[in-house]
Amino acid sequence: MHIDFKHNQSAHCENGVASNLLKHQGIEVSEPMVFGLGSGLFFVYLPFIKVNFSPAFSYRPMPGLIFKRAAKLLGIKIKRQKFSTPEKAQQALDQNIEKNIPTGLQVGVYGLTYFPDEYRFHFNAHNLVVYGKTPDNYLISDPVMESVTTLTHQELEKVRFAKGALAPKGHLYYPLYTPKEINLENAIRKAIKKNCNEMLAPVPIIGVKAIRMVARNIAKWPKKIGVAKTNHYLGQLIRMQEEIGTGGGGFRFIYAAFLQESAEILKNDELSVLSKEMTEIGDMWRDLAVQIARVYKKRSNQQDIYTTLSKNMLEIADREEAFFKKLKKAV
Amino acid sequence: MKVNQVPQDESSLSKKGLKEVCYALDENGNYTTELSSGWEPKSAALDSSMQLIQQRIDQAKEMVAAGKVSPIVYFMEKSKMDLSILSSYVSMWKWRVKRHCKPSVFRKLNDDVLKKYAEVFEISVNELKNFKG
Repeated sequence: MHIDFKHNQSAHCENGVASNLLKHQGIEVSEPMVFGLGSGLFFVYLPFIKVNFSPAFSYRPMPGLIFKRAAKLLGIKIKRQKFSTPEKAQQALDQNIEKNIPTGLQVGVYGLTYFPDEYRFHFNAHNLVVYGKTPDNYLISDPVMESVTTLTHQELEKVRFAKGALAPKGHLYYPLYTPKEINLENAIRKAIKKNCNEMLAPVPIIGVKAIRMVARNIAKWPKKIGVAKTNHYLGQLIRMQEEIGTGGGGFRFIYAAFLQESAEILKNDELSVLSKEMTEIGDMWRDLAVQIARVYKKRSNQQDIYTTLSKNMLEIADREEAFFKKLKKAV
Repeated sequence: MKVNQVPQDESSLSKKGLKEVCYALDENGNYTTELSSGWEPKSAALDSSMQLIQQRIDQAKEMVAAGKVSPIVYFMEKSKMDLSILSSYVSMWKWRVKRHCKPSVFRKLNDDVLKKYAEVFEISVNELKNFKG
């Protein structure tokens, strides 16, 4: 069985699967559009949760949320299922393939054999699409890969039933209903407002305030926890910023692309100006990653290096705060 | 970031012949996508995190050899797991897995329990039993 499915490579798995599945239904939404409609730009700092021996940072909302929000705004209904056993999970997937429905899956990254070892860690919220089956393999469209790939039946079962935090439990999803007409203008305005509110949230561990909190901590860490640990934390910060396909400035460039697209749809020139500004902010994040990489490679002991990093990150926070205030008024 | 600034450094992705998509501006200031073979600062972050994992594996190996912990600890580190991930894979309570990390308790484990661990680590029960560090 083999469904005619067009694979487009994307910068990030969740937007990519969403965009590819919707395009299959004849709804032309780009990756940045899905990201923007899902209010995908975010920052959260959870100092009390340790991931990979470092506090948790994230540059994106909870996995699954981007697609959920985008679908809701567009009036698309998504069918989602989880399963108690691998047998039932496989049955449901096979039935979908027989009915010609390309199906999105949540999977664990650790078992994805086509990834390099460095990327294979126990992270359970990766997304891909299954678009067919042969006697040995499932046909896979993994949006972060340049072209389609395959996994054996056993390999797919393993990644669908990966264990640990955010265990997928065979989670599959596909669009059940798509409206004939879509009011993109309204959806864009709502999504932008939501994103502004989140980044400007009056909560210390969310949005711009969280960026500030991390920035201030960077200056304190070397004294408090030592240089080695500080550098490890900073490395984690970069890794989170530069997930697959976000190459420098991470999600900021995708959001800038969304604003540029939106400027045309809403015929709002201010959004193209703001898109340029978001690109500049993305470049600042990029520079920060370069500076951090320099620090932990040299294993420098100088106290003032961390003060500089802290200062630069505070500057980014200021820029973003001003940016989101302007953006909120622009729509 | 402009298209010609999209990083093209060598990375673990490029070694596997993979490339990732980046969003960047073309010469007219319009957003487009461009493939990137990797970015040095990111590779450096990944490398140092792999080094940390390797350190933990080496340390676990020494501790198994010294009889301080059971082979489960070594294979757990090798699979990039921690106690809570491992316990969910073997469907046992964390405190039970923790007990199995003691060599004295490990020696008395029956093959059914050992098989659970061996399957998760993708090795044979014998390999698990006889690992000396």
